[in-house]
Amino acid sequence: VRREIRFRLNGEAVSAQVAPHETLVEVLQENFGLYGARESCGQGMCGCCTVLVNGRAVSGCLYLATLTQDCEIQTIEGNAEPDAVQQAFVEASAFQCGFCTPGFVLMTRQLLDEHPDPDEDTIKHYLSGNLCRCGAYPEIIEAVKLAARKRRSA
Amino acid sequence: MKRAAQSTETPQVGRSVPRLESWLKVTGRAEYVHNLRLPGMLYGKIFRSAVAHGRIKRIDVAAAQALAGVYRVITSREIKEVIPEPYYGPAFRDQPVLALDKVRYVGEPVAVVLASDPHVAEEAVHLISAEYEELPAVYDEVEAMTSKAIVHDVLKPAGTFPDLRHFKGRTNTNVALDFHLRRGHPVEEMKNAFRVFEHRFRTQQVMHTPLEPLVSVAESTESSLTIHTASQSPSFVRIEIARLLGWPENRIRVRVPFLGGGFGAKLYIKLEALVAVLSLIANRPVKISLSMEEQFFTITKHASTFRIKSGVDKDGHIVARECEVWWNGGAYADIGPRVTQKSGFTAPGPYDIENVSIDSYALYTNLVPAGALRGFGIPQLVWAYESHTDMMARELGLDPVEFRRKNLLRDGRPQATGTVMRDAAIEKVLDRLVALIDWKKPLESPSKTLKKGRGIAVGFKACVSPTTSLAMVTINADGSCIVYCSTTDMGQGSDTAMAQIAGEVLNMAAESITIVHSDTDVTPYDMATLGSRSLFHMGNAVKMAAEDALKQINQLRTELQLPADCPVADVFKKKYGMQAGNVVGTGSYIPGYTSPDANGLTDNATPFWMVGASGAEIEVDTETGRVRVTRLVNVADVGTPINPKIVETQLSGAAIMQLGFTLFEKMHFDERGQLRNASFAEYKIPGLLDVPGEILNEAVAAEQRTGPYGAKGVGETGTFGVSPAIANAIHDAVGVRLTSLPLSAEAIWEKLK
Repeated sequence: VRREIRFRLNGEAVSAQVAPHETLVEVLQENFGLYGARESCGQGMCGCCTVLVNGRAVSGCLYLATLTQDCEIQTIEGNAEPDAVQQAFVEASAFQCGFCTPGFVLMTRQLLDEHPDPDEDTIKHYLSGNLCRCGAYPEIIEAVKLAARKRRSA
Repeated sequence: MKRAAQSTETPQVGRSVPRLESWLKVTGRAEYVHNLRLPGMLYGKIFRSAVAHGRIKRIDVAAAQALAGVYRVITSREIKEVIPEPYYGPAFRDQPVLALDKVRYVGEPVAVVLASDPHVAEEAVHLISAEYEELPAVYDEVEAMTSKAIVHDVLKPAGTFPDLRHFKGRTNTNVALDFHLRRGHPVEEMKNAFRVFEHRFRTQQVMHTPLEPLVSVAESTESSLTIHTASQSPSFVRIEIARLLGWPENRIRVRVPFLGGGFGAKLYIKLEALVAVLSLIANRPVKISLSMEEQFFTITKHASTFRIKSGVDKDGHIVARECEVWWNGGAYADIGPRVTQKSGFTAPGPYDIENVSIDSYALYTNLVPAGALRGFGIPQLVWAYESHTDMMARELGLDPVEFRRKNLLRDGRPQATGTVMRDAAIEKVLDRLVALIDWKKPLESPSKTLKKGRGIAVGFKACVSPTTSLAMVTINADGSCIVYCSTTDMGQGSDTAMAQIAGEVLNMAAESITIVHSDTDVTPYDMATLGSRSLFHMGNAVKMAAEDALKQINQLRTELQLPADCPVADVFKKKYGMQAGNVVGTGSYIPGYTSPDANGLTDNATPFWMVGASGAEIEVDTETGRVRVTRLVNVADVGTPINPKIVETQLSGAAIMQLGFTLFEKMHFDERGQLRNASFAEYKIPGLLDVPGEILNEAVAAEQRTGPYGAKGVGETGTFGVSPAIANAIHDAVGVRLTSLPLSAEAIWEKLK
């Protein structure tokens, strides 16, 4: 049984017919052609499916789409121009295969909103729910620090 | 979408060009097969075996077939109608598209449900039941040598490799390759040695877990088949699917976009044969995306047992070495026999030993198949021989570094196979590591229960050979350039490196060059993206293709009587009267190789040697056994780096991956061969909190004279030394010697008690 839900997606009012079991990632992919949030581990352990719901990061592969009624959803595709975090990830070579990168970028934005000048321990703990099998972690830490500097000087 | 900033910087080679696809990746827009949806597409979900070894008595699909929304349920019966002999594999044709007559491991695909809605397909899978007549199973690689449980009734080598031909038709054995090498007089010299040391080491079964799980899509017309697949070996896929169907190669098209990680998991045939047949049966596009859990039931890294014995003379020279290695290949050979042979070449380590014997065995067992995982067997070997080296040095009262230096294999000296070492900076790598890790500096333990230790290890690898790469480079009428090559960019940065090589030849910014991803209708043949071979082999092919294109442009300049510096666009305009035409340069590269003789000896084992060494500083908590790596230094000979930043991150990433295989990753099987931890909730891979306090990576100044601009492969090098360096450091810290991976807190604590 599908029902219509309405929410704001990257700033735009949208609606979708969703089944009760469908996850946010599925709806973003099937209904809106957005593939930046992607299912990997399917258990909320890796962060590849990260999506912001009302400004908070959730695991989109576990989050039921029907719960997003009237919510503000933001995905990696949300900003037209790359922001300081994305620029920093490119400059620091903070990814290899790129599959986990959107999740890291979104979590880093949330991290920097809460901690504009994070130390290394804070970075490691805050992002410990995001996994990168290519092991780009040292570069990711550098990218977060660089992004923090970029945001502070902007 | 924004492209990388155009750069006019020269030269192209040796410059840390950001990955060409950087902006696509940080904005979530990079193309992966996961994103692909085709009109009318069906999703396939797999029903898997629940027993490790058994004859299939009955498969009941009626309830699944009756579920609303199910398009069709397929078993091997339907597969055989399309392919009478549905067995594939690069070394042995032993793996059925779906289990046929027998199942050989828990998790083996037995049936597939097709439905438009993947949830319906998944629900229907749970309605399938199967009955098996269970057979005795074997799980341990050493037991498999003599076990009464036989995994395959008859061995079926693919015929591709000459050293496997003698296995054809063999019965009553689990041995899928035995590589033997005899050099000098190992038996006699071992007897005459001053001291003899013998140790036995084990490695565990682990999984690659690329974050993009395996995924393939096939679409068919009456006369052709297109497979979109997350594959490291598109050319192999085309040839093998063509063989299975009895079609010419030109009716199979294989496309590969970016991969979300590969590490050896996405080689040869994985889901491709299955989706190909399903799309032919259904006459609709079919997609199968594995879950993370299912990946654990698809391909793994070999568990292994290594017995190593060394004879040492009074001066501390190793005079003889015996190596016996058993590789747990699981139920299907995949590329295991190559792992067994190629890694066998270097099993005695980077030491100058006159008298050597090597016996390396690939074994079938009733576990998930094992293939290549970032090192082709080398990390398993280095783990053993470098632990062994330290154990001997300490027993002999010698400094582990000095003991290594005394025995090190130097350029110009023959290695175990008899091949003379060239462009292998083993000594330089060791020297640099020793300097960076402050070998002589005393360590102070922070407290009575927190003990510090330091360890090093050095390993090397012979790149798999002989293999072929072809490339095409076109220069368009406006002077812009396109590189066509079938190397898969799975994160290692091959697109960028190939653009740099072509750009160097053509004096063009790498950022301005377009790389066409694998499309076997368009991009020429390449053996595969594996074993750190692409930069060397494809790099040489791209360089040749670019040089060929440049030559054609210069010929046009001469023919049209234009000056040598005439811009390319003007050359084409003069030739064709308008912006039209292009030139197509081609390049083809295959290095020389000599097959090993009856004694396993060859004067040309490999086109290049890879050298990697690691040093670790660690802390062991004596109350819990927990190890914390405070400092990890990785030094390598990668020849001359094409892209220094990417080289550094490859070394670092490989070392961090190996850190997981060293400290905690392990697939746990129960006594019935059932995997107990097939998910990230129970199988932990390294996260940010596992990264060493300090990690330092360095490529020594070196040159691979036969490589493109002096370069050679690097993807695996960072893995070599990590496990033994940490084991040696643990011993240094608390006197505990572990001989089995992973080096878990429990194992250390048990020995500390």
